[in-house]
Amino acid sequence: MTVRVYVPCDSAALAVGADEVADALQRGAAARGDSIEIVRNGSRGLFWLEPLIEVVTPHGRVAYGPVDASDVAGLLDAGLLQGAPHALCHGPTEQMPWLLRQERQTFARMGVTDPLSIRDYEAHGGLAGLRRALELDRPAIVQQVLDSGLRGRGGAAFPAGIKWKTVAAAQATQKYICCNADEGDSGTYSDRMVMEGDPFMLIEGMAIAGIATGATQGYVYVRSEYPHAIATLNKAIARARAAGWLGEDILGTGRSFDLAVRKAAGAYVCGEETAMLESLEGKRGIVRAKPPLPALQGLFGQPTLIHNVITLASVPLILAKGADFYRDFGMGRSRGTLPIQLAGNVKYGGLVEKAFGVTLRELVEGFGGGTASGRPIKAIQVGGPLGAYVPPEHWDLPLDYEAYAAVGAVLGHGGIVVHDDSADMAQLARYAMEFCAIESCGKCTPCRIGSTRGVEVIDRIVQADAQSRPQQVVLLRDLCDTMLHGSLCAMGGMTPYPVLSALDHYPQDFGLAAPTARAA
Amino acid sequence: MQQETTMETVRRLVDAQQHLPGALLPILHAVQDALGHVPDEAVQAIAEGLNLSRAEVHGVITYYHHFRREPAGRHVLQVCRAESCQAMGADALWAHACARLGVEEGGTSADGAVTLEPVYCLGLCAMSPAVALDEQPRARMSAARLDTLLQGARP
Repeated sequence: MTVRVYVPCDSAALAVGADEVADALQRGAAARGDSIEIVRNGSRGLFWLEPLIEVVTPHGRVAYGPVDASDVAGLLDAGLLQGAPHALCHGPTEQMPWLLRQERQTFARMGVTDPLSIRDYEAHGGLAGLRRALELDRPAIVQQVLDSGLRGRGGAAFPAGIKWKTVAAAQATQKYICCNADEGDSGTYSDRMVMEGDPFMLIEGMAIAGIATGATQGYVYVRSEYPHAIATLNKAIARARAAGWLGEDILGTGRSFDLAVRKAAGAYVCGEETAMLESLEGKRGIVRAKPPLPALQGLFGQPTLIHNVITLASVPLILAKGADFYRDFGMGRSRGTLPIQLAGNVKYGGLVEKAFGVTLRELVEGFGGGTASGRPIKAIQVGGPLGAYVPPEHWDLPLDYEAYAAVGAVLGHGGIVVHDDSADMAQLARYAMEFCAIESCGKCTPCRIGSTRGVEVIDRIVQADAQSRPQQVVLLRDLCDTMLHGSLCAMGGMTPYPVLSALDHYPQDFGLAAPTARAA
Repeated sequence: MQQETTMETVRRLVDAQQHLPGALLPILHAVQDALGHVPDEAVQAIAEGLNLSRAEVHGVITYYHHFRREPAGRHVLQVCRAESCQAMGADALWAHACARLGVEEGGTSADGAVTLEPVYCLGLCAMSPAVALDEQPRARMSAARLDTLLQGARP
């Protein structure tokens, strides 16, 4: 009997030798006369266990990891293909506590299916959302998204349905759907996982958005640092088109929507929506002033719906199971679930999808198991390079857009980077300014000049004597105030978040004795 | 002869994609994928094909970190320097890579084998620190593992 073995093809698994493991399995099984079928699935998101391979047994899928190619012979000897016990065995995958404690909705198929198998996709609930959308009239689809309470998952958390309504109402011969897959925040990888591990979900979400708003062309703007995501997405689009759910006549309904991947070119600021539009138009990725809103005058001057990958990937579920189903997850005005990414110095790093309301402590200690180094946690940066460092006194706040905003922090794209007690917060603050200087598009002065002056003033604070240090701190706060309120976009406008949070909560790292008052 | 071949390649790539809306980035990617960099002499042909000024094309090439105007070494090693990798020792890994390749702060080794560049996130943040060698990601990197990786990349 042929035994099916799953070996992930997610780039994180490839980065620790998944291809070599697949080769070793193929050769080892052949040498033993065992018949196996290797399926390359997405990653389950338990990255400390990658490569995590799964064997299909009569009792379900059994997980083994982290498997090195050199472990394969021993695993086969121990009875891997029968799901036998082994030091690397974690029992049935679905029963692993790390997965059981999650609320996987958007990521329900992640790691379960072959990312490029349409049959797998449909067998696990895929395409139900698009079929439902094709039965509804356009305003009814938009209403579903409005009622779900879905907010933009890229970081700005703007209500998605409002954008849909605006684009749907705009009059134009050509409208566009643009997916922002320029996932540049350190500590984030959920967009990459979707594109590599469940690309049809994104394609389906974009097709629904096209039908709802009357847009017939979509673009996915993917960062050049993600070559595997680009390759997988291109293959998936070709298969979806061949299967008739993209193109001139979607599933025989006469509706039209097509999709193309555009490769970015390594500019972080192109994660800002208007800079992305400029880049898609073939220009330097310079931020545009708003208004006009992209929903009315976006790509090539036409009405354009712009969303992050996770926002669009949430749409098929909302259509398939209904707005109420989605809205019943979460708290306050933060509805649904958030795919949270545990990263940095964390013992058990990976993808945790939970309803809004979970606490940072539960995530980092409960799921993450503390630091990888075994040292105490010092600071946690939430929301990428433009997010604040959250100190211990706020680790019990619920993950909720408003609760975080109230303490000067952001959820952003759901990336959580853990630092242990060896972190130098003044150096991290300096890095935030330095990164802004490297990546600023240069259009507005607070960002372009302020970031360089920021690096200099932080250097002076660190090097100054105790007498002149307070004066430099005043200068830094003043500079941050200018950047916060005077920048054109979030690049310069939010760089002060990590800088000021480091200064406020870890003043000792800047050579300041006592905690200072919060910036006005 | 070599010069002519390069320009023929550029013109072919421009012809193939100039009809695309916003074709400049796809064309620049195609040229760099084919030639390893976007040579200055390609600018005129690209500008003519897209009805742009040479300044506009030059401006785009120099704006984006990904595009290079000079050939790289035979291999390109990118070491992530962003926060998540910093939390797992990326600064020391970067210093080790610089010392190992005999470059100051990135750049190409004297034998032309490897170009070292910083990268700001490869999306492997649960397995920091991460690097990519010729676009192939490698994670849970250590100085020793990096040495092994580089050994395989020579010459």
